[in-house]
Amino acid sequence: MSITPFRTPIAPSLVKEAYLALLKKGWRPGDRDLKTPRNLKIETGIIEKAEGSALVKLGNTQVIAGVKADIGSPFRDTPDQGVLTVHAEFVPLASPMFEPGPPDENAIEVARVVDRSLREVGAVDLPSLAIIPGEKVWVVWVDLYVIDHDGNLFDASMLATMAALLTARLPAYEESESGEILLKRGTPGEPIKVNTWITTVTTAKIGGYVVVDPNLEEEAISDVRLVTALDSGGRIVGMQKTGMGGLTTRDVERMIEYSIEASKVYFKALEDSIKR
Amino acid sequence: MGGKPPEGVRLIGEDGRRHDGRLPHELRPIHMEVGVLNNADGSAIVQYGRTRVLAAVYGPREPHQKFPLLPDRAALRVRYHMAPFSTEDRKSPAPSRREIELSKVVRESLEPIVIAEEFPRTVIDVFLEVLQADGGTRTASVTAASLALADAGIPMKALVGSVAIGKVEGVLVVDVDELEDMYGEADMPVAAAPDLGEITLLQLNGVLSREEFSTALEMALESIKTIVDMEKDVLRKTYTSVEGGEQ
Repeated sequence: MSITPFRTPIAPSLVKEAYLALLKKGWRPGDRDLKTPRNLKIETGIIEKAEGSALVKLGNTQVIAGVKADIGSPFRDTPDQGVLTVHAEFVPLASPMFEPGPPDENAIEVARVVDRSLREVGAVDLPSLAIIPGEKVWVVWVDLYVIDHDGNLFDASMLATMAALLTARLPAYEESESGEILLKRGTPGEPIKVNTWITTVTTAKIGGYVVVDPNLEEEAISDVRLVTALDSGGRIVGMQKTGMGGLTTRDVERMIEYSIEASKVYFKALEDSIKR
Repeated sequence: MGGKPPEGVRLIGEDGRRHDGRLPHELRPIHMEVGVLNNADGSAIVQYGRTRVLAAVYGPREPHQKFPLLPDRAALRVRYHMAPFSTEDRKSPAPSRREIELSKVVRESLEPIVIAEEFPRTVIDVFLEVLQADGGTRTASVTAASLALADAGIPMKALVGSVAIGKVEGVLVVDVDELEDMYGEADMPVAAAPDLGEITLLQLNGVLSREEFSTALEMALESIKTIVDMEKDVLRKTYTSVEGGEQ
């Protein structure tokens, strides 16, 4: 059941007016123009016990991604492929709006959008995650942990996911004589093969303006958002309209144009974080 | 998505027709009917080919459970749910993550058109039950919800309609069914209110180039116009025959 939200921060109309006056001049608070994402920092390898991990700071939004791997059975319809699962938790320490409990529709939406963006293009090479095809495969979990919410959880989550996957090492393992697989946790083995780099770019419509990477206040005064998943060649690999409002065709075209441009900033930051 | 279709099935034949004989821009046979349930304030059944969705609207009303009401408008509550017998393998009746997400995006496809401000501190319930799933269940759900809301007499800015554009063997096609969704390269559900010029649902699963995307969006909006015209016809027929006899 999905219900019109009541706990979203109510942005006073004064805030909206101030934003609109700035947007008219082509600016946002913090010397940001409409097309530029906030300051972005990506740190990888922050959780030693995880197979891969990353902390993304997008402005004041912070998201941790942790990759854990285990040996399991493949799905019946894809016996020769590993299993990838994305899960998101909006833990209560991250925001006064979050409450303890199982993931709500917003957390589920973020996880599923990230999952689909990776899955549809085969970003993670699932066939290479088969150990004994049809029997034993790697089951890879990406767990997203939002720890500070200041808007645009989609992009921060996607970036954290990519950075964690790109730097992950599966545990080393041994095959016993009886054919059992024994994991050697703590001893890094093979990396996870990533075929394509993916990023999402979230744009919001505020009044008649389109802005990239909205912060929480901007999300609160926006009518609607569009999450566009892109590969580094500018192909669209996923999309999700989110929020209560509607979009015109012109809005959508403009949002995609802004998103393709901003994706270059995200890809550059990802590349830098991997090199380090 | 991806993989090979079953032996002997051609997604796009030599003659450019799809596996069920449709041309790329052709919708499946669509059936719509309103007022199909007795208890609900408004109801509709919508069929896109073999996909069949039942919609019921209750409200505006006081909610049964304790429930945070909004002081300035009615809350919209939407449940998209699949019947256990609607799919090849039985679907567990417990709500899946997919159903939770789809309930949200379907609600958000209706929020821009329902004039909720007229009924503060109430709830408008939209219940959607997929009776048979053969691709396009969320799009048929949006169309059914639009009709059921109108049937319930809820004030709306416009009617919405919905359809999914797919890409199969490199060809953009309208109203993908399950087989095309399963083996195609992309599936893009769109909902819109043509009379407002607004897109109210937009998702893409799969890969499209920038140009393909624009074409797909245009194809979707064109088909949605046809669907909304059908909605208007059905509503007009139902109500003029009840109130004014033959017209």
